[in-house]
Amino acid sequence: MTNEPKHSLTVECTVNGERVRREVPARRHLADFLREDLELTGTHLGCEHGVCGACSVLVDGAVVRSCLMLAVQAHGRRIETIEGLSDSGALKDLQTAFIERNAAQCGFCTAGMLLTAHQLTASGEAMTRPEIREYMSGNLCRCTGYHAIIDAVEAVLRSKSRTP
Amino acid sequence: MSATVKDDAVIGKGFPRKELQRLLRGRGRYVADIKLPRMLHLAFVRSPHPHARIVDIQTAEALASPGVVGVYIGKEFTDSEPLVGIALHRRGHKSAPQYPMAVDRAVWQGQPVAAVVAETRAEAEDAAELVQVEWEELPAITSGEEAVAPDAKAIHPEIGDNLAFEHTISVNDPEKTLAQSHIVVEQSFRFERQTGLPLETRGMIADWNPGDESLTVHYAHQSPFQMQEIFSRHLGIPPLKIRVIAPDVGGGFGIKLNIYGEDLAVVMIARRLGRPVKFISDRLESLVSDAHARDHDIVAKMGVSAEGRITSMWLDDLGAVGAYGMPFRFNVAEGMMCITMAGACYDFSSYWGRTRSVYVNKNLVGMYRGVGIPLACIVTEVLADKAARQLGMDPADFRRLNHRRKEDLPCVTPNGSQLDTVSFEECFEKVLKLMDYDALRKEQADLRKRGILRGIGLASFVEATSYGPPYYGPSQASISTQDGCTLRLEPAGVVRCITSLTDQGQGTLTGIAQIVAEAVGLSFDQVEVMGNDSAISPYGGGAWASRGMAVGGEAALNAGRALKQNIIALAAAITQNLPEALDIKAGEIVNKESGAAVLSVAELGRIAYFRQDTLPKDADVQLSVTRSFADNHKHYYMANGIQASYVEVDEATGFIKLLGHWAVDDCGRIINPLQVDEQVRGGVVQGIGAVLYEEFMYGPGGGLQNGSLVDYLIPAASEMPDIHVAHVETPERTTQLGAKGIGEAGLIGAMGALWVSVNDALQPLGATVAHQPFTPERVLLAIKAAKAGR
Ligand code: FES
Ligand code: FES
Repeated sequence: MTNEPKHSLTVECTVNGERVRREVPARRHLADFLREDLELTGTHLGCEHGVCGACSVLVDGAVVRSCLMLAVQAHGRRIETIEGLSDSGALKDLQTAFIERNAAQCGFCTAGMLLTAHQLTASGEAMTRPEIREYMSGNLCRCTGYHAIIDAVEAVLRSKSRTP
Repeated sequence: MSATVKDDAVIGKGFPRKELQRLLRGRGRYVADIKLPRMLHLAFVRSPHPHARIVDIQTAEALASPGVVGVYIGKEFTDSEPLVGIALHRRGHKSAPQYPMAVDRAVWQGQPVAAVVAETRAEAEDAAELVQVEWEELPAITSGEEAVAPDAKAIHPEIGDNLAFEHTISVNDPEKTLAQSHIVVEQSFRFERQTGLPLETRGMIADWNPGDESLTVHYAHQSPFQMQEIFSRHLGIPPLKIRVIAPDVGGGFGIKLNIYGEDLAVVMIARRLGRPVKFISDRLESLVSDAHARDHDIVAKMGVSAEGRITSMWLDDLGAVGAYGMPFRFNVAEGMMCITMAGACYDFSSYWGRTRSVYVNKNLVGMYRGVGIPLACIVTEVLADKAARQLGMDPADFRRLNHRRKEDLPCVTPNGSQLDTVSFEECFEKVLKLMDYDALRKEQADLRKRGILRGIGLASFVEATSYGPPYYGPSQASISTQDGCTLRLEPAGVVRCITSLTDQGQGTLTGIAQIVAEAVGLSFDQVEVMGNDSAISPYGGGAWASRGMAVGGEAALNAGRALKQNIIALAAAITQNLPEALDIKAGEIVNKESGAAVLSVAELGRIAYFRQDTLPKDADVQLSVTRSFADNHKHYYMANGIQASYVEVDEATGFIKLLGHWAVDDCGRIINPLQVDEQVRGGVVQGIGAVLYEEFMYGPGGGLQNGSLVDYLIPAASEMPDIHVAHVETPERTTQLGAKGIGEAGLIGAMGALWVSVNDALQPLGATVAHQPFTPERVLLAIKAAKAGR
């Protein structure tokens, strides 16, 4: 056997507000854990190299690429995915703005886009369009040309920075 | 009074897509998301060499690996009919037969040689590493030049040489016309290999049911019917036993239209095991096995009169199309489109063009957005700028003088492009205004004095959309160029629509809903559309050649009108009116003259399905209709457009900064401007990616050196400009809807405009960059060469 020994470990964490406990192989990354073990398939895999951002989730409130984090590293932490953040209404303004402007075509990149945009708009800090582009540039989209995504993020950011 | 007709218009409005509600909440269902009972996972073992003989394969160790259910090698699958990717009407087009996996020799790096099936993908991958292949490396042919060298060894000795296809066009004494031209400009071009790279990789689940010997394939694919046909023919499964379903698909761009030999292996293995088998390629696999595109060397010339009129074009294309012919869509397409569409926007009558497609030890070239038209556009526009400059003309004036005029339409260009409802002049004047051309030229001149290199590029182009029966029919590929639409009025007065089209994010299904709503007389929300399923929809083509609205839309329009007629006939019987006196608006059956509501469609639905007892005895209730559409003799609907780009080149670093981009397009009647604009923008950015970043890099022996997104670069938000989009709307004359396609325009024009603008920026240095992508290194080399040549 050339295989590494298949350690299984217990992971206990909160996912979208629910406590979960699973045995997982040590080498399983968080994205596979979410998609395969928990069947939360809204988190997508576009590269598994940490480049495209399609697999973005929130870990303890920060955007993380779930293809670069092992499931076991999620032990004791709070994970939020596109499903949970949609159901809680946290992404509502962004989702409305994205839909109005057709800022998603195939939708494969969109969970990651929304999560990054969520982090960007959360502070309500004013940003120029090039700054928004820069901030969003870790998330790749092959369909939209980005223009509509930047429009949507800009609009939500504006409305946020207006409300004190 | 009901609303006026104009207010009821649904076509032409920018409705957002309904499916986004699902996709944006993480509730899409892409093929990788689907799990079936007892499903297994497949991983391929791929050739690490561009060309090598398989001396031996040992699978015992892999078979003993945990979770493994089966290991298969290429020679187990030679009993099925191999794929042969040739177009039968292209004389001399040849290809070696291709089996699902390599049998005794691998001819490209990435070709599958074995498949491992296990309980989980991870176990399948572990075991794949245990498959021991003994290779004998063979010399690889790695470029088009090498492939056609006189002493080149044929990759497939059984077809004689490496020339897949050659075609020459010669019209109106091109040699002489060129020789007599006031000036002749010439340029050679190099286009590196790239791919379409949908963010979702290719994937499928083949679900064989041993009970009734039926096959269901959940497939990230653009054409379920095409694949039903292929599985039936190559696996001997009766078509009625096959169902191909495309779930949500994460982008296609042509890549998911092609026919991949390895996909046949997945289905064959599922059949042997009698269990569902899932294959999801990872990014590396997708990069080495998804259809590649481009890889062309072109030399071209343009003859121009002293007044600045183009007299003639000359174009020699060499395309390195990989190791086999790509089945059904054919590896001749890029080259043929290039030589037939070059110069299409300009008025000249003498032409010589040749294309050669040649086999090399690389992955197959297949369909990718724009196919060969971007090459035609680039070649023409670069030469046009060169000629203008040599004559001391402004490039815009040069184009204004040479554009084909409306009064000369319809016409056929010397190289065979059919132009009818194109609008070169209108698009051109519109883009100049939109970008404020004169002001930009002035700014450019001012900045040049300070040593800042800015460039402006204009590119007129055609986009042949909806390739039709005369194109595919004679090739004898079983590709349906017609599309169908079924409508069913539900008791609630709403319509369910089933189209043969597929949607990978373009907004096709939304456009169909709009057409149906308007044709029947309903609101947008009263129509629900589904597609993507070969067992359910009327037969049809799917998504390719930007045909959704033009072909499938026309079928939907016809179906909607027919259903409306049936509803009105029934309403007339129920309400004792003459059918001619009735109309339907926003879900109400109204009196045509007074506009007064007579009966709601919902009430009619209730009566039609649940209270037939109240109807006259002979009332004919036909509230499901199907219509199909194809124009039997139309090659394509020719759309057109123009784009402009404004860039700055940094002389010290070779970096190119995009400052602005403008696109004016004429796709005929616009069904949904929101979707159309985003098709253009998405295409523009892919075009920019092609010109600036995207390239497969190969080592000296032909080995691929960049197999991940870390080093195969695609555009990110920060490098992209804002993209200003405007339209000219010249409806297609031969259809009732008047729509043409829009899917490829963005990419075609962007590539042309960017090639021209970068070279315009380099003018003060006398440098020309003509090797795509324009990496900083290539830009610096061009600058260096120009300086050395002075
Ligand atoms: S899949 Fe994680 S960054 Fe691409
Ligand atoms: S919408 Fe398809 S990748 Fe972004």
